[in-house]
Amino acid sequence: MDKKEIIARRVAKELKNGDVVNLGIGTPTLAANYVPEGVTVIFQSENGMLGIGPAREPGSTDDTYTNAGGALITAIPGASVFDNTMSFAVIRSGRVKTAVLGALEVDEFGSIANWMIPKKSVNGMGGAMDLVVGAKRIIVAMEHTVKGKPKILKKCTLPLTAAREVDMIITELCVIEVDHEKGLTLTELAPGVTVDEVRAATEVPFKVSPDLKTMELM
Amino acid sequence: MINKVTTLDEAMKDIRDGSSIMVGGFLDSGRPDTLERKLADIGARDLTIISMCTGTEKSELYRVFTQGQVSKVIASYIRFNPVSIQMILKDPKSVTLLPMGTLTERIRAGGTGLGGILTAVGVGTLVEEGKQKINIDGRDYLLELPIRADFAIVHAYMADEMGNLVFRGTKRNFNAVMPYSADFVIAEAEHVVKAGEISPDDVVVPGIFVDAVVKV
Repeated sequence: MDKKEIIARRVAKELKNGDVVNLGIGTPTLAANYVPEGVTVIFQSENGMLGIGPAREPGSTDDTYTNAGGALITAIPGASVFDNTMSFAVIRSGRVKTAVLGALEVDEFGSIANWMIPKKSVNGMGGAMDLVVGAKRIIVAMEHTVKGKPKILKKCTLPLTAAREVDMIITELCVIEVDHEKGLTLTELAPGVTVDEVRAATEVPFKVSPDLKTMELM
Repeated sequence: MINKVTTLDEAMKDIRDGSSIMVGGFLDSGRPDTLERKLADIGARDLTIISMCTGTEKSELYRVFTQGQVSKVIASYIRFNPVSIQMILKDPKSVTLLPMGTLTERIRAGGTGLGGILTAVGVGTLVEEGKQKINIDGRDYLLELPIRADFAIVHAYMADEMGNLVFRGTKRNFNAVMPYSADFVIAEAEHVVKAGEISPDDVVVPGIFVDAVVKV
């Protein structure tokens, strides 16, 4: 199982029947593939849709529905479409229960940076700031380090997407819960990973839950 | 008898150097390709482009950028247009980036008689720079002011002679918002029909918001 699959499978465990969920572009989107049978999650997309279904078959040219990453998608029975204003009304009003997104950096109190590297690359924030502030629960799904350097920091160095909003971090190594006042607690380790390995890959100290578990990935 | 259906040339004839133009679409979905192509052909310069994103390299809008027609941008996502990325790296003031929900609401405010909107999105980030902060019931909000433009160009699935617009799938996106807020609104449509052929129940953007309809 590669890193992305570990992360996506673990993210899927957080999605419950009836939840309205927004998955960011990249690894978070993969989590949709691992939602258990019998669980209906209503996936929301910033361009203006509730009820995203599976991706179209490769080679399809039916562009009736696209997701926020531009991929051609289907609609589940009961889906709805609307304009961008309604889409962000849904997001800001807290009707999205869980938003899962990637990050360049996360800090110990849940501040997140994921939209620009000054003087180097500027993507724009897209819908990320609205989602991080508006959704009830924010999960960051990302690789634990970049080129061997920690991404979970004492303090973000890049311009913030939002301050103190992230509730959980899921990486290929572990699951970390974030308290916006008290900091980080390690709650799960991926199979075969040790606490010391997570410490070595994380810039900021964290508490270890007395209830530390092994990540369930099936 | 009202008939807003016209030719591409006629619809776009007043666009000139210095015009501000809202451009509908979301990445490559529901872009007003024909109107964007015409904008590139017209060649008007010193444009302000207001759009969710600055197009992708395969969009017609990209040519408007590569031809150097754009001097200012208001957008949310510029990743897929390297020219707009270079613009912001060289001159940060030339590109205003906004959270997408703030962009969409500021555009809506511009055409719906509102003096601005309050949103908590952007508080504590670069987005709050230079903006008035207002505390309501213990929470900080940013005062975000209305955005208007001289022109809006949008894509619809169907339009009638009155300018009523119908969309398909996720192509409503900004196409159904920008018509509120421009002085002159041009809609391209895949199907153009007589007044009465679209049921009033199905109209998404009422025709009073649209000035010109072009069949594509």
